[in-house]
Amino acid sequence: MTNGLVYYSSGSGNTARFVAALGLGASRIPIRPADPLPPINVPYVLICPTYADGEGRGAVPKQVIRFLNDPSRRALLRGVIGAGNRNFGATFALSGDLIAKKCKVPVLTRFELAGTQTDIARIRAGLEQFWGAECSTMV
Amino acid sequence: MKDFAAQAIPRAINWNRLQDDKDLEVWNRLTVNFWLPEKVPLSNDVQSWATLTPEERTLTIRVFTGLTLLDTIQNTVGAPALMPDAQTPHEEAVLTNIAFMEAVHARSYSSIFSTLCSTREVDDAFRWSEENQYLQAKARLILEEYAAGADPLKRKIASVFLESFLFYSGFYLPMHWSSRAKLTNTADLIRLIIRDEAVHGYYIGYKFQRAAEKLPEAERAALKDFAFSLMFELYEIESLYAAELYDGIGMTEDVKAFLHYNANKALQNLGYEALFPPAACEVNPAILAALSPDSENHDFFSGSGSSYVIGKTIATEDEDWDF
Repeated sequence: MTNGLVYYSSGSGNTARFVAALGLGASRIPIRPADPLPPINVPYVLICPTYADGEGRGAVPKQVIRFLNDPSRRALLRGVIGAGNRNFGATFALSGDLIAKKCKVPVLTRFELAGTQTDIARIRAGLEQFWGAECSTMV
Repeated sequence: MKDFAAQAIPRAINWNRLQDDKDLEVWNRLTVNFWLPEKVPLSNDVQSWATLTPEERTLTIRVFTGLTLLDTIQNTVGAPALMPDAQTPHEEAVLTNIAFMEAVHARSYSSIFSTLCSTREVDDAFRWSEENQYLQAKARLILEEYAAGADPLKRKIASVFLESFLFYSGFYLPMHWSSRAKLTNTADLIRLIIRDEAVHGYYIGYKFQRAAEKLPEAERAALKDFAFSLMFELYEIESLYAAELYDGIGMTEDVKAFLHYNANKALQNLGYEALFPPAACEVNPAILAALSPDSENHDFFSGSGSSYVIGKTIATEDEDWDF
């Protein structure tokens, strides 16, 4: 695969189940700070769940921030997909918005928990289209 | 002197030695999110309440007494029943928070009532809640699973279904009113409850997954069968409950789509796949918007909205960012 997919998923495993269902192959940012971060050498899309409190604090997991703090990894980030739960109201999938703002990349879309069949189909198609457009602009 | 050695050692909880980081994460989330109904200016809904028809008012009070019953059960039976099964001392502490917040939720419906309704209307609705066969049936079904001697993991399944599924036949109504600019302060209060229940369902579901993964394959399969059949049973009752409540305002089918959507989310909290197909889960967009009113609604893939602009959503900064 020429373009990458990177994700974070905590012990609840929602995002991991979504990525498995997507079936595109992806690198996981580890939960434990002691574990090595995955090597990144191709442009990638990041899928990130949200852990915000009522005020939006703590939305982006520490391990994802740590991953993005490295400029070389950040340079290859092309877009972000935020995950969450609509029941959290205004902070639904907020981590996607925050990462997009910090890294100046688009939020591609959002989904809830482990996603639905509809989410999986539309995100698979969306990623294909996104990478197609990305390649043509690079030529 | 008695023989003290034979007894279990009472242990003080040490939050600096965690067996499961999720306990602290959820403790922090719940304590930061703490609220009381006095925080919400419910009296601003008095005028709006007066614009509802008598039928709509009765419906609203009944829906809220139904929700009060579920919160009461979770406060006094559900969350405490999970404590003996806690896998860490920190989990027990989180469960005490959950139990207390359920009491706050139950109490807040009474705040709504005392602000908007007459004593007689409310007394009638509480009587209705004791006599309504569907409300009683779902409460009993859950209480059976909470009973002493029941399987600890089945208790967790029942608890997740209460937190993440059973509330939603009720939550639908204030979201519906809110989407029509009615009872908007009441809806703000309900959204605080929804936020709490989402953390509760997530956490209990997470603990279920941790415990279930230690079981042999056959036992895991049996638990999954149990979960899906309990969901079917509860869903049947919920459909009848929804029809009885919402047929009068012609919203039953809309409510059912919301039930399917939430049933699938409840199953996801347990780590399971969806039960209802996508076509059955197409929730009215006005209800979805009422659930997360200020969240950004852009989608780069479908070309709608602007992806770079963060609107008025809280610009959160975290000191961990290096750039």
